[in-house]
Formats: sequence, structure tokens, C-alpha cells
Amino acid sequence: MFYREAGDFKTSYDADNQTFPIKFDRIGYYVALLVAFLVVPFMINDYWVNAIFLPFLIYAIAAIGLNILVGYCGQVSLGTGGFMAVGAYACYKLMTSFPEVNIFFHVILAGGITAIVGILFGLPSLRIKGFYLAVATLAAQFFLVWLFNRVPWFYNYSASGQISAPERTLFGVPVTGANTSAWATYLFCLVFLVLCALVARNLTRGMAGRKWMAIRDMDIAAEIIGVNPLKAKMTAFGVSSFFIGISGALFFAVYLGAVEVGEAFGISKSFLVLFMVIIGGLGSIFGSFAGAAFLVLLPVLLKNVLVGGLGWPTDTAAHLEFLIVGALIVTFLIAEPHGLAQLWRVTKEKLRLWPFPH
Amino acid sequence: MSTQESYVTDDGRTIGPTVMEMKNITLRFGGVNAITDISFDIREGEIRAIIGPNGAGKSSMLNVISGFYVPQEGEVWYKGAKRPQMKPYEVAQQGIARTFQNIALFEGMSVLDNVMTGRIRQMNAGLLSQALWKGKAQKEEVENREVVEKIIDFLEIQAIRKTPVGRLPYGLKKRVELARALAAEPSILLLDEPMAGMNVEEKEDMSRFVLDVNDEFGTTIALIEHDMGVVMDLSDRVVVMDYGKKIGDGTPDEVRNNQAVIDAYLGVAHD
Ligand SMILES: Nc1ncnc2c1ncn2[C@@H]1O[C@H](COP(=O)(O)OP(=O)(O)O)[C@@H](O)[C@H]1O
Ligand SMILES: [Mg+2]
Repeated sequence: MFYREAGDFKTSYDADNQTFPIKFDRIGYYVALLVAFLVVPFMINDYWVNAIFLPFLIYAIAAIGLNILVGYCGQVSLGTGGFMAVGAYACYKLMTSFPEVNIFFHVILAGGITAIVGILFGLPSLRIKGFYLAVATLAAQFFLVWLFNRVPWFYNYSASGQISAPERTLFGVPVTGANTSAWATYLFCLVFLVLCALVARNLTRGMAGRKWMAIRDMDIAAEIIGVNPLKAKMTAFGVSSFFIGISGALFFAVYLGAVEVGEAFGISKSFLVLFMVIIGGLGSIFGSFAGAAFLVLLPVLLKNVLVGGLGWPTDTAAHLEFLIVGALIVTFLIAEPHGLAQLWRVTKEKLRLWPFPH
Repeated sequence: MSTQESYVTDDGRTIGPTVMEMKNITLRFGGVNAITDISFDIREGEIRAIIGPNGAGKSSMLNVISGFYVPQEGEVWYKGAKRPQMKPYEVAQQGIARTFQNIALFEGMSVLDNVMTGRIRQMNAGLLSQALWKGKAQKEEVENREVVEKIIDFLEIQAIRKTPVGRLPYGLKKRVELARALAAEPSILLLDEPMAGMNVEEKEDMSRFVLDVNDEFGTTIALIEHDMGVVMDLSDRVVVMDYGKKIGDGTPDEVRNNQAVIDAYLGVAHD
């Protein structure tokens, strides 16, 4: 079977607007969904889920969130870790204050609370841009971590200062706490990722996305054409933080189970997600998946090959990972700002015409 | 000729009453007067040109109309009422669309998305509806796409619909920018040097589009042009500016025979 666009004519604007206009992509997408929902759950164990699948699913949500802000709306943010922490602590407070409410809604609500916090910290973006905005979001990052460390109410006055997720179930199956099974936590996070990706895709292909991109590409012209910059930027901060909050909630409640804020949601988390977005591709939902997958898999791969295979010491392998990631960031920033997503697109364009280029 | 009564032009178009009036506009940048005490009006359905040598203050005048520059003195009247101070996006929401002297397209977006952005005034589905791609958002998207496709056909840019704007040559970009402004279905269309930097053929195309827009949609157009010849062919009435002052105002013939205008144009080397 070949990758083909020709002969696939659209007869309505609705059809032309769809998420995967090319039939082959659409089939690939359905196959991926089927495998993700019906095959993977039966094949994974705790190691796979904890080393690869959960981090991938959760970081992909965060990367989609950050991509909306940075890639689509052009507003730099180094506050991702802090906003994930807001999602985590909001989820914790909700779980412990309203144990009768289902965890699914706690996670969504945690996203909503993070959205509000994100909008507040996004307000400076009306006045400042670029480097200065990055510094302002960095301040948000440090402030939020400090806040969750310092105000005991947030961690329910626990002696350790940590928060830990009590057991919660969905349809009777535990998804948080000590007694979870691999397939359940995987499916729980997968559902959130699929929902987030769909919402992100819908928003970015419609008017909201056009307004964001208009602000990104030329903010003054955008305003003269009728884009309200306040609204556009605030919706970007809100939607972005909503996703990041959800990812923070899942990271804490489902993945780690117990969290010390500085360790789990420090500045390095902000950079990690930003790197995923850059490597994956700014302004691409698919790129967010690719970037998350890449940076989750790379250390696992290096560890298995270098430490497991060649017998290197663990810290040397870790250093090499830093080097590789650093080199890749520089390479992508210089050579391919649209990241893995663009490389994939170019490959597809070549395939589309194969075997007759031009 | 009273400015309030409609009349029919030689080529059969109806020119209505005043839709916009600039009253004693003065705009300063620091010590420099970009515009000094200028008044003029724009009538419904007409093509109103603003001409003058480089640095005369023409673009500044459009920026005042757009709400991007706030004049130190003077008033803008729109549809019979004095306009309060407004943000540029509010002006756009009132139905004033424009193009820019230095193309201001959204380079990372496709031609289609650029033109669709022009529909901002007509598309106001809520965020939730957009997030679900259901109900109002989906309906709006299809309905407005239909309008946009007509404009794309009209300007003959069907073939580049899905192309990222950054890849287009200059002349096409100018056309896409016009498409984006037209998509707004504006009450007044402001064009800042739509033919600048074009070759003769492209200029002819663009002139034809401007005339057709005015003729077919009855759009009121205020256009800045450097080139006297083009202006004389296109416009119903002309404002002439020089060093921020108005030195002439009238039909192309009146302006052509105005001594102050002749002096300004002969006295200033214009490129
Ligand atoms: N933003 C600005 N800041 C300072 N001076 C400006 C600005 N915009 C325009 N000017 C000045 O106003 C005068 C008129 O400029 P402009 O309106 O662009 O002229 P035109 O479009 O007729 O060539 C020029 O002297 C220009 O330098
Ligand atoms: Mg100018």
C-alpha cells in the first residue's frame, strides 16, 4: 500500500476541514488508536508502564499544552513545572477534600484550576514579550514551588511536607494508590491524552488557533485586523495551563503517587517539556507526541545500551544523555525549527509523489 | 455638490452620503508633525485616494483611521457619530479593514487560514463549541469558508489556497492581503499602496481587482497611492498631502489642475 493523496477529492468544506484530510493518515490514526486501546493494555507490565508508557502519555499532554502557548501563540514560558505543580496540588486537595467525587473529575477540575492560575501569571504577557516574558514565567515557576513548600495547607500539614495520592477507583478499578495495575493506569492516562489531543486539534484548526497564530506571526497586524490581543493571549495561557494542569495531576496521582514539589516539579521539568516541544516541532500537535516519545525513550534506550549492553557506569551514560539532548536542541533550533514533525512531513511529501518526484 | 446627497457617477455607480469624516486631525511624533490639521470625508461607495510624496503622512492617516495612532487633536466621525477613542481591534470590529504598505500577513499560516482570519468579525463561536468542533463552531467554519472561497475565486488565488504564505512571491502576497481584508466584508476598505513594488502587469491586475471590489460589492475604499497616473484612473476623489498638510482635495481633474499640487509634485523628487 502506498501513501497517496491524489484521487482523494473533497466534496464538502467539512470534509476538507477534518483532522486527517488524507485517507492514508486517517487509517493510520485509527489503527494507532486501536492498538493503543485494545492491544497495548494486554501486553504491558509494571516496568513498561512506569519506564515508558505513563511518562510518555503524561508528558505528551504537557507538551501539547506548552505547544499551544509557545508554538501556536508565540508566548515563551518557563513555568511549566510550576503549572504542573498547581495541577498536582489542586488534584491532591480535591482528592482529600471531596473523596466521594470521582478521580476523573478531580483531574479535570485540577486542569481548570491550573487554567485560572495560568491566566493570572499570563497577564504580564500583555506588556512584555520574548526574553522578558520568559523571565516573568520563570519567576512564576519559582514562586509556585516556594508556595507549595511553604504553605502547609497545600500538603494537608503532613509531617514530611510531601503529598501522596490516596487510592481512588474508576469503575471499581484502582487508578491511584498502591494497588493499581499496569493496564488500568495506562488506560486512564491514555483517555486523557486522546481527549486533550482532540481538543487541542479542534481549537488549533479553528478560529481560536488562527487568532493565536496571528498573534504569534505579527501581533500588531493581528490587532489591527480585529484580534483582541488580551483575549487571544489569555485563552492561550488558559488552555495551555489546563492541559499542563491535567498532566501535573496525572503525574502526581497516577504516576508518582507521592510528590515532593521541588523535586518533581522543579525548573528542570519546565526545560524538559520545552525541549520536547522544540525537538518535536513548534506549532504541531503531532510534534508534541513525537517530542515526548523521543525524550522519554532516549534515556531508557541509552541506559539499556550503554549501561546494560556495554557496561558503562550509570553517571557517564547520564552525562552522555545531556550531551545528546543539548546537541539535538541546538541542531533543531538552527536547522529545523519545526522539529521532528517537519521531518515527518517532508518524508511524507516525498512519499506522496514517489516514485515520480516533481 | 453637497456631500450629503447621493449621486450617480458617469460609470453608473451610486455614491452615497458621508460615511467617515476626519475633522482637524493633528498627529505629532515628538516634535515632528506627521499630520497637521487635516480634514476630509469619505463617502459611501466611493474610491477615495490619498496621494502625496514620501513622508507626507499618508500611512499615518490610515493608522489614525485604524485606531493604531491616536491623534493629539481632531475627531474621527464614523457613520454619523463621533468615534470615541478605540483600540485597533475595536475599530476592525466596526467594519474597517485594511492592508499594509509593508505586507503584514501571518507568514506561518496557510493562505486559507490568513483569509479566514479576516472573518474574525463574523465568527464568534465560544471556546467550548470550538473545542468540541460541534454546533455553532462547526457551522460557522463551513459557512464562512464558503464566503472565503468566493473571495479566493474572485482574486484568482485558488491554486495557492493551502500554501504557507511565507513561500509566496511578493505580488501574490499583496493579493492574499487584499483577500484577507475583503473577507471581513468591510464597510470601509483601507489600502496602503496596494500596487507598490509591482510590475506593470501586476499593477493592472490589482487596479482591476480594486475597481471590481468597489463595483461588485459596493465597498467604500480609501487608498493610498504614490503613482499619480494610477490614482487618476481609479479614484472618484483625491486628497493630496504634502509634509503633513492637505494641499488639495477634489476630483482627479480638479486636483490635477491645482497649482499647489503641481508645485508639490514638481518640487519633490518622488520615486
Ligand atoms: N511611529 C512613528 N514614529 C515616529 N515618526 C513616525 C512614525 N510613523 C511615521 N512617522 C513620521 O511621520 C511622517 C509621515 O510618515 P508616513 O505617514 O509613513 O508617510 P507616507 O506614508 O506618506 O510616506 C514621516 O516623517 C515619518 O518619519
Ligand atoms: Mg506610507
